[in-house]
Amino acid sequence: MGGLLSYFQGLFGSREMRILILGLDGAGKTTILYRLQVGEVVTTIPTIGFNVEQVTYNNLKFQVWDLGGQTSIRPYWRCYYSNTDAIIYVVDSADRDRMGISKQELVSMLEEEELRGAVLAVLANKQDMEGAMSVAEVYSALGLEALKTRTFQIFKTSAIKGEGLDQAMDWLANALQAKK
Amino acid sequence: MMDKKNEEDGSGNPFSNLEKTSVLQEARTFNETPVNPRKCIHILSKILYMLNQGEQLGSTEATEAFFAMTKLFQSKDVTLRRLVYLGIKELAGVADDVIIVTSSLTKDMTGKEDLYRAAAIRALCCITDTTMLQAIERYMKQAIVDRSVEASAAPQLVSALHLMRSSPDVVKRWSNEAQEALNSDNVMVQYHALGLLYNIKKSDRLAVTKLVAKLTRSAPRSPYAVCMLIRTACKLMEEEDAGTESPLFDFVDSCLRHKSEMVVYEAAHAIVNMPRTSPRELAPAVSVLQLFLSSPKPTLRFAAVRTLNQVAMTHPAVVTACNLDLESLISDVNRSIATLAITTLLKTGAESSVDRLMKQISSFVNEISDEFKIVVVQAIKALCLKFPRKHGVLMNFLSSMLRDEGGLEYKASIADTIITIIEENPEAKEAGLSHLCEFIEDCEHTSLAVRILHLLGREGPKTKQPSKYIRFIYNRVILESAARCQMDSDDEVRDRATYYYNILDQQQAALNNQYILNSLQVSLVGLEKALQAYSQGPADQPFDLRSVPVAEAAPTDSRAAAPEGSIASSRKPEEKVTATRQDVFAEQLSKIPEFQQLGPLFKSSQPVELTESETEYVVQCIKHVFAHHVVLQFDCKNTLNDQLLEDVTVQLEAADGFEVVATLPCARLEYNVTNTCYTLIKLPDDLMATVGSCGATLRYVVKDCDPATGLPDTDEGYEDEYLLEEVELTVADHVQRVLKANFGAAWDEIGDQNELEDTYALSAMKTLEQAVKQISQFMGMQACERSDKVPDGKSSHTLLLSGVYRGGAEVLVRARLALSDGVTMQLTVRSTDPAVSEVIASAVG
Repeated sequence: MGGLLSYFQGLFGSREMRILILGLDGAGKTTILYRLQVGEVVTTIPTIGFNVEQVTYNNLKFQVWDLGGQTSIRPYWRCYYSNTDAIIYVVDSADRDRMGISKQELVSMLEEEELRGAVLAVLANKQDMEGAMSVAEVYSALGLEALKTRTFQIFKTSAIKGEGLDQAMDWLANALQAKK
Repeated sequence: MMDKKNEEDGSGNPFSNLEKTSVLQEARTFNETPVNPRKCIHILSKILYMLNQGEQLGSTEATEAFFAMTKLFQSKDVTLRRLVYLGIKELAGVADDVIIVTSSLTKDMTGKEDLYRAAAIRALCCITDTTMLQAIERYMKQAIVDRSVEASAAPQLVSALHLMRSSPDVVKRWSNEAQEALNSDNVMVQYHALGLLYNIKKSDRLAVTKLVAKLTRSAPRSPYAVCMLIRTACKLMEEEDAGTESPLFDFVDSCLRHKSEMVVYEAAHAIVNMPRTSPRELAPAVSVLQLFLSSPKPTLRFAAVRTLNQVAMTHPAVVTACNLDLESLISDVNRSIATLAITTLLKTGAESSVDRLMKQISSFVNEISDEFKIVVVQAIKALCLKFPRKHGVLMNFLSSMLRDEGGLEYKASIADTIITIIEENPEAKEAGLSHLCEFIEDCEHTSLAVRILHLLGREGPKTKQPSKYIRFIYNRVILESAARCQMDSDDEVRDRATYYYNILDQQQAALNNQYILNSLQVSLVGLEKALQAYSQGPADQPFDLRSVPVAEAAPTDSRAAAPEGSIASSRKPEEKVTATRQDVFAEQLSKIPEFQQLGPLFKSSQPVELTESETEYVVQCIKHVFAHHVVLQFDCKNTLNDQLLEDVTVQLEAADGFEVVATLPCARLEYNVTNTCYTLIKLPDDLMATVGSCGATLRYVVKDCDPATGLPDTDEGYEDEYLLEEVELTVADHVQRVLKANFGAAWDEIGDQNELEDTYALSAMKTLEQAVKQISQFMGMQACERSDKVPDGKSSHTLLLSGVYRGGAEVLVRARLALSDGVTMQLTVRSTDPAVSEVIASAVG
């Protein structure tokens, strides 16, 4: 019945798309969420738990969940996986030391059955920082070449400067439309 | 009655008969997107209702429901969001990992939506722990000084108070903000700020004193804060043990003239509750309360009369001034006020007004709640003790209350009162018992019926017409199907039913008397040991119950055991220790080879001092009596720090017939260490010769030693001795107290074969109480059927005593006492052994 319902909702284009923003702590997830929602940079503190907001982009409505990235909170991500249409995975491109951890979290997340059909957008964030890894470097550091069946794309972004987010959202919107 | 209530509830309540599993199943709806607010609101309400009805969730269930609920944060529906806050608070204690909503709640508490802010603050304080609190501390502090009072400052202050319990160190850092809030214009903020400040400083007496001193000089505008200040001031006065001369008292006193009624009441309430106020200081407070009695506001009248009711317990005279106002409150439309007014009057009034007041109470007693009915019952109890002659009126009243509807607590308080009256006032006994009998004919509270049946079993046989009560008991036996007791699920019920059934089946009056009317009284530890020994040994003889040590009778009632209040309180715990004390001694003694052949320990005496307490050596003697021997245990203490004693013994000059069998020395007696030596004496066979005294001397070898180290100066010591007081063996030492619940049955059972009777003039005794006490003490026997309690104003009394003599012979004593220039006593002794009768009779001589 759920399938039928979503089919009709898809026809009318009214169903909110459910997007999760994930990534290690300090990657810039909350900043991206509010940049998308209010178009400004807000001061943030480490997220204990989650923020959930409705984001409208090009007349499309998204329900965006920004889950805290601290080690203690990562185990709870899975509580919010069900019914997810897309994942925005945010990486701090300047944090070379933890790129490995970020990869592990990404890989284990993508193994989850509930996220099997979710579209993935990887944001190589903080491109404004000096010494940030390039998109290609991030791509290989995360081992994205191993993804065979997943619809995904990587973008270079700077949430502070507002660069690259629009491209990512455009791609996401298209990918989600196409999926229906 | 319960069923009827449920039906009534069921008709109007859509949430009745909720089932936990199905509600939790429905909670999965929360996970669906998009959220359906109307549906979720309904389900969340169900969960909240269920939790508030006392349903318990396991932590997995709770966690699952909690995480499902967090999904609802995506909805913008205001009602749903506020229910979510409530749900968070309810589940915070049970579910795991509730910190997951921290960010969402911090956002709501700092957001624009005022409807969210207060509730988010409260929920946040429920889920946070000390480490998380530090992360969000900045928001918490801001919230305290926020300009929006209802949405932020007040709830944050209250929440901070709650957080004091879990994270005091973090909250203590907020005292500047609290201080700022104390200057707020808002009365509630001021009040809560004071509460928080006080709690922050609570452990620092000086800081509290300063705070109170500062505020009493310029009192806060908020009447709530002033009330709080009065309470804090009173607490300080109590801690400092300050009297009415304290400046704090002046402050409280000045509050009696405050413009807010609430403050005036609080001050009056505080003054009447101070521990040491004289009628002179009470008077202004009482007159303020008196004014409130005629206030048009029912709350004020209620508060005043309730407080006066309490004052009337301690200072009835002061309250008498309000009697006129109280009289007019009897007809108050508010029944609670009327009840309190009447019960206050009952406390202050005279005997002559009792009838009138009781009539007035009965006119409306059915309209008041159980809680107030209990107040009435307690007032009646006090009245009965104060005016015993009024028991007729009062008892009738109680019994009609007993027939009415009411909860267990209420019924129990009535039954208690009737039982107290019966015990205090013999004239009221028959009437009281028959009221109680009537009650158990239709009583829904099993625990009460059991108590009353027990009372009937105890008191019934002694009434003029015991058969009257048998019918009531029989009714219960028939209706409660006692036959099934042998298959009851409770071990004790089953054991007892089998035990009684077997004994009754023997149809022997003697067995009935010994094991049912007067229950078995042996030391359980001793019985277990004796049975174990018996089952291991060759069993050609039947088990002799008399070889089992008798348990000392437990004190029946502290009031009965010691009429003087001061002794009663100090005596009870002491006796509690002795109940197990003998078993401990038996264990200790059985470890010493010399004492292993003596058989079971019969009785251990209380310690007797053989020296003054401030002497060089302190010696106490405990007499352990066995079937044919006495072990004297000497607990010695050396109070000289420059001496070490060795080879310590107590030398006895035994009286005729006593034979010292063994002496066990104590090897070393160091400074300030108690150590023990023993002497074993064989008792003469002639019972009359077993009472007497032996001269005693402490013998030892002294080694002088260094006070600092306790080490002896030389290896050579010298012999010395120290004269002790005589060791006395009294009749009481050979007797163990045994309580006979039914003395008459035991008396008839034992028969008059070995009866001795004599009359004595006890010229040294001035009162019956004194005689009763002395006789029980000399004989070392247990007073039965409360006969150790002499009713006031009586000139004659019968004392019934029971015990077991060393060797297992039962002995009973009936002493008829009459007061006539000293006390005259007719003493009758019955025992299973003629020699025992003789020796007991000699105890008084």
